[in-house]
Amino acid sequence: MLAIEILGLEKIYTVGFWQKRAKVGVRALNLEVRQGELFGFLGPNGAGKTTTLKLLMGLVFPTAGAARIMGKDWRDPAIRARIGFLPEQPYFYDHLTPTELLHYYGTLSGVSAAERRECIPKLLERVGLAEHGRTQLRKFSKGMLQRVGIAQAVVHDPEVVFLDEPMSGLDPIGRREVRDFIESLSEQGKTVFFSTHILSDAEALCDRVAVLNKGELRGVGVVAELRARNRTRVEVVWQGKSAIPAIESMGAKSHSAGDVVRATLEADQLQAALDVLKQRHAKLISVNPVGGSLEEYFLEKLNEPSAVPQ
Amino acid sequence: MTYRLRAIAFNTFREAVRDRILYNLVFFALLLVATAPLLGQISIGVQRVLLINLSLTAISIFGIVISIFVGISLVSKEIEKRTLYPVLCRPVGRGEFIVGKYFGLAGTLFVNTAAMSAGFYMALLLMTHNFTRADANILLAIYFLLLQFLVIIGLALLFSSFSSPLLSALFALSMFVAGTFAMDLRTFAAMSQGPEKWLARAMSYIVPNLASLNVITRVAHDQIIPPALVAYNTLYAVLYAAATLAGAVIIFSRRDLK
Repeated sequence: MLAIEILGLEKIYTVGFWQKRAKVGVRALNLEVRQGELFGFLGPNGAGKTTTLKLLMGLVFPTAGAARIMGKDWRDPAIRARIGFLPEQPYFYDHLTPTELLHYYGTLSGVSAAERRECIPKLLERVGLAEHGRTQLRKFSKGMLQRVGIAQAVVHDPEVVFLDEPMSGLDPIGRREVRDFIESLSEQGKTVFFSTHILSDAEALCDRVAVLNKGELRGVGVVAELRARNRTRVEVVWQGKSAIPAIESMGAKSHSAGDVVRATLEADQLQAALDVLKQRHAKLISVNPVGGSLEEYFLEKLNEPSAVPQ
Repeated sequence: MTYRLRAIAFNTFREAVRDRILYNLVFFALLLVATAPLLGQISIGVQRVLLINLSLTAISIFGIVISIFVGISLVSKEIEKRTLYPVLCRPVGRGEFIVGKYFGLAGTLFVNTAAMSAGFYMALLLMTHNFTRADANILLAIYFLLLQFLVIIGLALLFSSFSSPLLSALFALSMFVAGTFAMDLRTFAAMSQGPEKWLARAMSYIVPNLASLNVITRVAHDQIIPPALVAYNTLYAVLYAAATLAGAVIIFSRRDLK
């Protein structure tokens, strides 16, 4: 079953006071996300990622198109109880404590008082805020607010979670924690749809990604396949400089640091290179495929000409 | 639906309390204390009239200021700070959000007015040493002030649903001032001829008839407020507030949140 179906969703803004002109937010977007998938929505700043999420959340109205979430119209109020949303750079009522805020959002999502009393302390524990449950949010750092944001997105145990730039502005430890949390959501079988421009996060987490640029979908790919793509070269690392001339004679490029040598060569020459290393009594350290990164795919898609006349 | 409305209203009330909106009660208390020596200089009958006029006018001014300035920020602050995103992505209708905010501020003003009224009655007791039947009449004037606040909050919400906070404040203040002179506008319409007559008449129906909701001087002079006026004012304020609220909901429900 599809968790999210975006059917030609489009948003054209009218800007300017005297001379009105059209500004593309999102152009006829078609996208499908399967249930349980961890889906990355990639694009540079201003690509239309946040606009797409706002359209799906009903915060802005589309110029054309529709969407279905868990098979139902995305505007159906009943479906809103089954989805969670973390806005970009979230800001919450700073007069509330995280506990009060989660009770408030839980109530709005229809979670009973008994359930809230049981799940909120656990949730705060899970996002590392158990000790700050009674501190007003005005005293929170950006990283702590991001954790509150994640907690509010899942306080009602939704089936589909939308996260807008969940790692932006976080330090490396914070990013790691958020990544772990997203992984744990996926392990629970939830569908996670998150937008980001940090490719390493998408590469580490996602099953599939979509690339958006200037409001237009440029491509959708399976991360594992993208990684495997173009892997025609390998990097061999060994100890022992005596093998360098023989390896370089195969057309490989090498560089050494102390006694450790790295060389990159065509994959079909790997066996011959390993034989050379054995003959020269060099100590093999590692063999790794090279290339096929998400970054290459992302840049390739961004540089492709637009399918729609500008 | 009811529990969501209640949650939004309670959150609005809690925000007002924690943002120290009710601190104006302290100023009200100080005002009453400061006027005590002044009142000591005049006869008991005049003292009573002056205290009623002064206290109820203060309750009115504090209430109107809160209604307008908190009212216009109820929605605009949420949009500006994007605090309503995590609210509206839940099963919460935009209408529920507006109505919940309305009730939250109305509740805040009710508590505020109740506390001020309690302070006023204590001051009155200290001055006159006993309550008379006429003193209960003052409650009607306070009730009418509350009806005024309900109308003004509705207007503030209506204007803030489509314009900036500054313009909303300007519009709401203008409506308040015009509404205070609504009776004069009607008299002017009756005396005028031609297009001015129709314009003045139309304006007199658009602006809230706040003059009818101000009976401070009448209760200060122990005039009886007829039950028909109570019923008329109640119905008028409820309908006017409902109309402004419906307008705010319709506009806000079609608005893109950028």
